[in-house]
Amino acid sequence: MTIDNAVPDAAGRFGRFGGRFAPEALMAALDQLETEYLKAKDDPAFQAEFQDLLTNYAGRPSLLTEAARFAEHAGGARILLKREDLNHTGSHKINNVLGQALMTKRMGKTRVIAETGAGQHGVATATAAALLGLECTVYMGEVDTKRQALNVARMRMLGAEVIPVKNGSRTLKDAVNEAFRDWVASVDDTHYVIGTVMGPHPFPMMVRDFVRVVGVEAREQCLDKWGGLPDAIVACVGGGSNAIGIFHAFIPDEGVKLYGFEAAGEGVETGRHAATMTAGSVGVIHGMRTYLLQDDEGQTIESHSISAGLDYPGVGPEHSWLKDTGRATYAAITDAEAMDAFALLCRTEGIIPAIESSHALAGAIKVGKELGPDATIVVCLSGRGDKDMHTAAAYFGLMPEDGQ
Amino acid sequence: MSVSVAFDKARAENRAALVGYLPAGFPSVEGGIEVAKAMVAGGCDVIEIGLPYTDPLMDGPTIQDAVHRALTGGTHLADLFRTVEAVAATGAATLVMTYWNPVDRYGVERFSRELKSAGGAGLITPDLTPEEGGEWLEVADSLDLDKVFLVALSSTEERIKKITDVCRGFVYAASLMGVTGARSAINTGAPGLVARTKAHTDLPVGLGLGVGTGAQAAEVAGFADGVIVGSAFIRRILDAPTLADGVRDARTLAEELAAGVRARG
Repeated sequence: MTIDNAVPDAAGRFGRFGGRFAPEALMAALDQLETEYLKAKDDPAFQAEFQDLLTNYAGRPSLLTEAARFAEHAGGARILLKREDLNHTGSHKINNVLGQALMTKRMGKTRVIAETGAGQHGVATATAAALLGLECTVYMGEVDTKRQALNVARMRMLGAEVIPVKNGSRTLKDAVNEAFRDWVASVDDTHYVIGTVMGPHPFPMMVRDFVRVVGVEAREQCLDKWGGLPDAIVACVGGGSNAIGIFHAFIPDEGVKLYGFEAAGEGVETGRHAATMTAGSVGVIHGMRTYLLQDDEGQTIESHSISAGLDYPGVGPEHSWLKDTGRATYAAITDAEAMDAFALLCRTEGIIPAIESSHALAGAIKVGKELGPDATIVVCLSGRGDKDMHTAAAYFGLMPEDGQ
Repeated sequence: MSVSVAFDKARAENRAALVGYLPAGFPSVEGGIEVAKAMVAGGCDVIEIGLPYTDPLMDGPTIQDAVHRALTGGTHLADLFRTVEAVAATGAATLVMTYWNPVDRYGVERFSRELKSAGGAGLITPDLTPEEGGEWLEVADSLDLDKVFLVALSSTEERIKKITDVCRGFVYAASLMGVTGARSAINTGAPGLVARTKAHTDLPVGLGLGVGTGAQAAEVAGFADGVIVGSAFIRRILDAPTLADGVRDARTLAEELAAGVRARG
């Protein structure tokens, strides 16, 4: 099957995935967003403003760093890290929120809402809202407010209201539900800044377009600095925005293998995981048709991951499509494998990665061993690990007690 | 029984129809059946049985609470169909209100056939629009099931036409921009939405979201063909010390609302 970039179609479908499953109350806003986005996409002034923010505020382009000492553990393959951790606010999320914040202003809206798991997207949204003078409310599962307390403080420092969600599993999925509920009631003056390539059309398309700069840069950097295209691209997948961001520019390059690694949690076989594409089935969640974790009666199964950012039972519909077409390969990484990779990158390269990104690093070790020493692999280092220090320190038993 | 029969009967009596909502399995499967029967006895013409779902993104805290209790109490699809069967046996038109994924997962045709054989009239689908509803529309037409889609205050004329064109039974007008839950006053935009909807269809238009008292029912009955009440029933049951109290209070509320729809404002 030929893969091109002609998805989604006019109805927002990536093959059988995507679409728009949403309350009627939101349809007018989704239509408005789609219309305005398609105009903005072709508006040089909008694109110039977006590019200016990426360059002069977010700090793009991000580096492509060779990780030679880490690569020794990955079958000797050459490993290049796309350093989204060096962006302002510390992750790839800033690319998307700057675009959506500009869209909010363009539509004449004055308030943004967002959901967040690990807090990266919440911090990025609070940041963009502060920069552009928008009111900001962030929904976060109560479980996540505890494991990501520092990011809660960060968001509040930036002027955002953070609302802990106490329903359901009290994680990202429930924060998404609560953000939708807010949006249904506030859609006149509020834009919902969805944090990944999910949701009803046009979100998966629009968010992809705002994050695809990651892959566009990586592709140019490979050609300019390293003399050719890489053999493989590796990224972690929760909702999947960093992965789509780095994959997208490479989709037409059929020689470049694309690998997405989702969270196997305590092991796919234990049932405590977030391996949506590895162990899920096709259904409808949060406005889209996609792979999700569900039982035989269509009830969502709660996900689990040591990484709050990957702890989500669905995935963006374009990933489901890339899986079905075979253009990308998806596999799962356990909490333990991810944490080993986390520690390894710290000690071989002096970079503390986000636990999300550590899933990609663990995946790169496997891919490197498979492809061998002649291969060049680009890993999307989607975020920095400062926010995860509490989890990591507890995991490795490094937290000093009683001042020792 | 199609809900249009219930709406026709109400129209013949020069009143609005009263539609009551209750999720299956709340407060228990048997308890829910008792409550729904009491709602019918109190004067509900149509009962919507909700299918409890893990991610009810259109619902406010009261229904979320009830649905959560139903799910943690172990409510399954078989319980939904059993509830529909028991409620339909009272003679009240009985619809299922459900988010789309459980139907999609079970199989649209299989779900529809089991609903039909339980005596269900059709489906209300809060997160399914006509654009994504092709399979359901086809199956519903082949089985003569009611297809109730929602119109909202924000719906354009074009969308209202598209939606009413595919509805069967009645059209569900959402009275406010927001989630389910009783409110202190009916939204001032609600009569306009009903009027805009009626300009596109001869189907009855029921108004839901935010209605909870006899006075509000009377006010809504002044401009809509049906008055839909959910959270207020659930609140009665949540607040009742025993199931027997809840059944009695639900019936009392239904009587109050039934008097309301007969005293059109």
